[in-house]
Amino acid sequence: MTAAIRQRVRPRTAVDRFLTFLRFALTALVVFGLFAFLVQQFVGPDNPLTRFLNEDANRLDWDAFRGLLVSGLSQGSMYGLIALGYSMVYGVLGFINFAHGEVFMVGAMTGLITSNKLFEAGVWDDAFPVAILIAVLVSTICATLTAVLMERIAYRPLRGAPRLIPLITSIGVSFFIQNTSALLLGPGAKRYPLLPQWLRDDRGPTWLRIGGQKILVIVVAAAAMAALWYLVERTKTGKAMRAVAEDKEIASLMGIDVDRTIVTTFAIGGAMAGIAGILWGILFGSVTEFTGFLPGIKAFSAAVVGGIGNLGGAMAGGLTLGGSESLAPQLILEPLGVTGHTQLKDAVAFLVLIYVLLVRPTGLFGERLSAEDRA
Amino acid sequence: MTDQNGAQPLLEMRGINTHYGAVHILKDVDLAIYPGELVCLLGGNASGKSTTLKTLLGMVEPSSGEVVLDGEVVNGKPTSYLVERGVTMVPENRRLFKRLSVLENLELGAYLRNDRDGIDEDLERVYDMFPRVKERLNQKSGTLSGGEQQMVAMGRALMARPRVLLMDEPSMGLAPALVQTNFELIQQIHQEGVAIFMVEQNANMALSIADRGWVLQTGRVVLDDTADKLLANPDLRASYLGEG
Ligand SMILES: Nc1ncnc2c1ncn2[C@@H]1O[C@H](COP(=O)(O)OP(=O)(O)OP(=O)(O)O)[C@@H](O)[C@H]1O
Ligand SMILES: [Mg+2]
Repeated sequence: MTAAIRQRVRPRTAVDRFLTFLRFALTALVVFGLFAFLVQQFVGPDNPLTRFLNEDANRLDWDAFRGLLVSGLSQGSMYGLIALGYSMVYGVLGFINFAHGEVFMVGAMTGLITSNKLFEAGVWDDAFPVAILIAVLVSTICATLTAVLMERIAYRPLRGAPRLIPLITSIGVSFFIQNTSALLLGPGAKRYPLLPQWLRDDRGPTWLRIGGQKILVIVVAAAAMAALWYLVERTKTGKAMRAVAEDKEIASLMGIDVDRTIVTTFAIGGAMAGIAGILWGILFGSVTEFTGFLPGIKAFSAAVVGGIGNLGGAMAGGLTLGGSESLAPQLILEPLGVTGHTQLKDAVAFLVLIYVLLVRPTGLFGERLSAEDRA
Repeated sequence: MTDQNGAQPLLEMRGINTHYGAVHILKDVDLAIYPGELVCLLGGNASGKSTTLKTLLGMVEPSSGEVVLDGEVVNGKPTSYLVERGVTMVPENRRLFKRLSVLENLELGAYLRNDRDGIDEDLERVYDMFPRVKERLNQKSGTLSGGEQQMVAMGRALMARPRVLLMDEPSMGLAPALVQTNFELIQQIHQEGVAIFMVEQNANMALSIADRGWVLQTGRVVLDDTADKLLANPDLRASYLGEG
């Protein structure tokens, strides 16, 4: 209540006005874009509204729309998996582990090495389900180890230091892992072996045909998220994690080993990023030592969009971000006549972040922080 | 210190000094809690009462002296070591896990136990003691009223099935009527055989139910006597409230 009073009393500054303007501008962009899209879709090119339209815009048919949506969701589910790690570590230690994107990259890299080995051994083509299971296991284990070592070596000695310090350290850790990868495996892009044809085939009823690898990605991501949800909400370990996130001193009074719980949190976040890594490899077929960067930042945005510290929010944020960056260029930007709209994917992702922060600063599912929590 | 029939103290502090950084908080504190006792620690604000409890539980590391549990020196052992052996605390301001449900809070109290049947039994015991708690098991504990939170905090501590229960100002923030009920509950827990070490500001109330008590002043034990004698002691008010 006092906060509300204080807010009302605070005079509006130029910054406030600018933020309000941004809020309206972005809302207007979305509304007009969608309107123009609907006109383009349903009224046809020779209507009085033509001048609002992009003359060259193509109608989007259901197949194309579905394709975009499924790509968006499969990519978004990977953002969601990575976002979980950002969110869990933030929940427990209160800082953003910017090296988490590199954990994802380690997952993709080790997945690549394993798949190529399995390909050479012929297992990849002959028994793909076995091969992919091994690859998922190996990359999950390696990513988990990376996250655990990161905590042990870089962050634990900084426990109790102001939050800015582990945050800056995490940027250093990130460079370290990128360069280690370049040193060990050589710089540049490396290719995953080609997926077997039967997997790449489109599947499903005619109106809903989806590439098999996208189905695989979405199914594996959903399974991983379900497992995580169960772990956090329904097991003793999960309860301990939530307790440590809230109050470390009292958690230790309950007999919880706080350090071990923090390691567990890193490990689980790492495992999720590892799974996302191998799924990324399956979907895009190539990895570089910089693969962790952009997806990492987007996953971080997804965690913020969903409400940092909230696991359901991380998943929802990932899907929102993936879906909008895939759909918005065609649905909003093209009808408005924005040129080069297909290249604006990344910009869209960050605009979504800005928009959510403007409209709902706590994120979609975030709780309002009390003053003491925020301190 | 009064030795009760030559029995071994359950939990003991010997010559404890505790610092926060360079600030010297506890100064040569000696105290002992015997099985089945109800004792209280009195003292003004910032006299070091909470620090005493935290030092006993290993949540704060003393700079010198010994914390002894069942005759074993337990300095440097993690808090879980003491909790496992039957020491637990109802912390100052209750400190529930506000985002967790009431039931989850109670279950966390039994975190170190694996006897499913015993845990269920103790849950029932807590429900009997606090019927209000049972009605709110799935509610987030942060949404409870202060009085209800106090019940959950006590219930959570009891779920560890303690032999000695440390209580840091259990009547803080409770309405006068509730304070009375609260003290009755503490006596009830005590009668079930749990030793109680209570920190209180409410000296008269605390001493009226306690066997013995100590008065702490700027980190030093200045009075150490039976409850009756402390109640009769004219120095009590002077030293404890800093009056006179
Ligand atoms: N974590 C800490 N770091 C530094 N100083 C502390 C810390 N905790 C307590 N202190 C200081 O130690 C002194 C004793 O604190 P303590 O909490 O033990 O007092 P108390 O007797 O419980 O007081 P109250 O009745 O107000 O609860 C106080 O001056 C306090 O400021
Ligand atoms: Mg205190």
